[in-house]
Amino acid sequence: MEQITNILVVGIGGQGVMTAADIISQAAILDGYDVKKTEVAGMAQRGGVVTSHVRFGNKVLSPSITPGHADLMLAFEPAEALRWVTHVRNGATVMVNSYPQAPPVVSVGLFDYPENPEQQLADHPINLVNFDAGNIAIHLGDRRLVNSVMLGAIAAHLTLSSEVLKTALLSRFKNKGAEMLALNDAAFEAGKHASLTPTQ
Amino acid sequence: MSVAQQVQSNPAIFISGNEAVALAARDAGCRVASAYPGTPSTEILEFIAAYPDLYTEWSINEKVSLEVAIGASLAGSRALCAMKHVGMNVASDALMTQTLIGAVGGLVIAIADDVGLSSSQNEQDSRYWGRFAHLPVLEPSDSQDAYDMTRFAFGLSEQYAVPVILRLTTRICHVKGLVTLSIPQVKEGRKFTKDPSRLVMVPGNARQRIPLMLERDKTLATFSESCSLNVIEQGSTRQVGFITSGAAYCHVREAFPDAPLIKLGMSHPAPIEMIREFADSVEKLVVIEEVEPLLETELKAAGIQLHGKEAIPRMGELTPAVITPAVARLLGKENTIAAVGVTEVFPRPPTMCVACPHLGIYYCLSHVKNTIIAGDIGCYTLGAGHPWNALDTCISMGASLSVAQGIDKGRSEEDANKNVLAVIGDSTFLHMGMQGLLDITYNKGNVTILLLDNRAVGMTGGQNAPSSGLNIHGDATVKIDFRKLCEALGVRSERIHEVNPYELPTLFKALRDEVKVKEPSVIITNQPCVLTERYAKQPPLTVDTDKCTGCSNCLDVGCPAILVARRETVIKPNGKEKVLSFVNIDSAACTGCNLCINTCAPDAIVPVISTARIDTVELK
Ligand code: SF4
Ligand code: SF4
Repeated sequence: MEQITNILVVGIGGQGVMTAADIISQAAILDGYDVKKTEVAGMAQRGGVVTSHVRFGNKVLSPSITPGHADLMLAFEPAEALRWVTHVRNGATVMVNSYPQAPPVVSVGLFDYPENPEQQLADHPINLVNFDAGNIAIHLGDRRLVNSVMLGAIAAHLTLSSEVLKTALLSRFKNKGAEMLALNDAAFEAGKHASLTPTQ
Repeated sequence: MSVAQQVQSNPAIFISGNEAVALAARDAGCRVASAYPGTPSTEILEFIAAYPDLYTEWSINEKVSLEVAIGASLAGSRALCAMKHVGMNVASDALMTQTLIGAVGGLVIAIADDVGLSSSQNEQDSRYWGRFAHLPVLEPSDSQDAYDMTRFAFGLSEQYAVPVILRLTTRICHVKGLVTLSIPQVKEGRKFTKDPSRLVMVPGNARQRIPLMLERDKTLATFSESCSLNVIEQGSTRQVGFITSGAAYCHVREAFPDAPLIKLGMSHPAPIEMIREFADSVEKLVVIEEVEPLLETELKAAGIQLHGKEAIPRMGELTPAVITPAVARLLGKENTIAAVGVTEVFPRPPTMCVACPHLGIYYCLSHVKNTIIAGDIGCYTLGAGHPWNALDTCISMGASLSVAQGIDKGRSEEDANKNVLAVIGDSTFLHMGMQGLLDITYNKGNVTILLLDNRAVGMTGGQNAPSSGLNIHGDATVKIDFRKLCEALGVRSERIHEVNPYELPTLFKALRDEVKVKEPSVIITNQPCVLTERYAKQPPLTVDTDKCTGCSNCLDVGCPAILVARRETVIKPNGKEKVLSFVNIDSAACTGCNLCINTCAPDAIVPVISTARIDTVELK
């Protein structure tokens, strides 16, 4: 079968998981691929689990990634990374924002947040890249920049060109003023840098 | 080639199935489109509404929506009506008669099945409506199909004067793929032609139409045999062949790239002879259809030997990961997909939004004892979950009032002293709840109704409704006065209260008073859904950690911005253990609705500004 790249983006409703997946898709289109993108999210706006599947190649049929076949996972939250890690193939790159976000059921004590999720992730046969994208975004001045930081981080690990990914990202901010453009550009670069010097 | 050049040389656009349906409607010259919002179909109308030349509306419910589209079609215009699967239950009354009348201007009914139940009260297979109402069913398998088939559907509808069902599923509606558009058509409206024997379905006339409908079935069946939407893909092996349609086609094609298959774009009436011939060319024939064994039953009845639901799951979405092992078992082969382990991580159920106006209601309801609470469809259904656990039923749209009436009238001696409440949202009330209220007042029920007016269809993203006073485009229109409406439906004006749901003491008082009264009462809340522009944020709050006693009262509000910072187990004077939960507030998320302040006895919840001061003091 023709080679297809499977990217799984996971996180929580409201984190911009779908936007990130959309930007990766746009980059793949710009690089000339056929692309399918879907999200699996019940009532996503309301803090539930969100996963988005992006698949690109010469011809993509099913929009769903077969469990165990994701080539790259972009996880916006460490516990979510752990939830979905079995969906990646051996040797896949798993990019994790280590900034944790516990849901109400955990914070009131009905369930426990996994102990040291990074360590548990490291036990899997994957290439783990783990860094605090949330903190980088907050330092740059806006926690919503986490999206651009994460996209920068995967740039070096993708068969798509990093320039195209950045073009796809920045085209979102074309009409939002020079400052927003510069901020997201900086976030992208910061993410790229962080992913190459991981703090494991 | 530069990126810009590439974009220009590739006119394909990357859109969801819903957007593809919308674009196709526009490009087919559709003039009227209507819907009631519902996942996964909502975006179809949202996209169409952006095209200025089309009349669009959020209808009150799906039956009304279909009737609007029917009217437009009879007036000679192309019309589209969109709904989710459960919506067709509501619209079915109109559908079953419309099939006798037929279409004039092309009439397309897009029904989106929430396969896998991402946010619905049940799973249904809308292909049944094609059989039930004698209508053709088209099943796109991706965005390109959604575009092409929607356009095809308008033509088919006019050619055979028949409404056409476009059956979509979650994995069509919400998948984005590349779509190449074709040349748009302009379709002017035609003159309305009076024809009572066709348009007025009194028994005598309807009787004349039934044979015509049955004749149409035959014509459509013949058409299906050579319909360009039904395609044979030959494949290079003969061991197993597939009959499939919709999203399942993509999954089958991916899982078995070399197998021969028939892709049914027009799945009803099915091209039986085409399939019979195909069946002879393969060793084993498998029907892969999402949800019910419809085709399987039809084909077996036609004497075609095949496999189906004895191997393929009957509920939930079909994906390559589901199909591959099922077919492997059928062929007596090893499963080719390795089992994937599951990681045990806490659940992350959806919660109500930060500062949602419903939080206060459920906080109160969870503290009122001795109640039976009938719930309804909307965000407020989440009140059934943690931390409120304050709903006892949830059946269908608008059912809370009538179910509560039934509970009231049917209660046993044991429940004689219980308070019966019904909770319903504004949009749901207008959709189907009003009739229930009339039943309660007319039949002297004793139900306390909480009408949660947040001026929007919150669940599906805050769309407008008559309660918002804005139409689909955001233009001002009639704004419904719920007090007057409830009065008109028979509630005495003394028994109608309008309250601000963020004012807990007022809310509590209204509740306590009204459940005591032995007649119908309505408590109407009046603050907007936080997802809408009508919601105004206030300065955020934080927790003064020196004052927080760890009582965790505020956690019962259920606002996702309130988090536990630290837990501590203490021994009470009576020797029992008690867990204290010291909280903080995610001030970046908090919108300052002040709801939680009411629940904090030691006044530990304070505006952000004062902590900043404390911080500076500490720094010095
Ligand atoms: S969408 Fe609106 S109604 Fe629904 S939970 Fe959020 S604030 Fe509440
Ligand atoms: S004031 Fe309290 S209840 Fe309201 S948004 Fe902030 S934390 Fe949530």
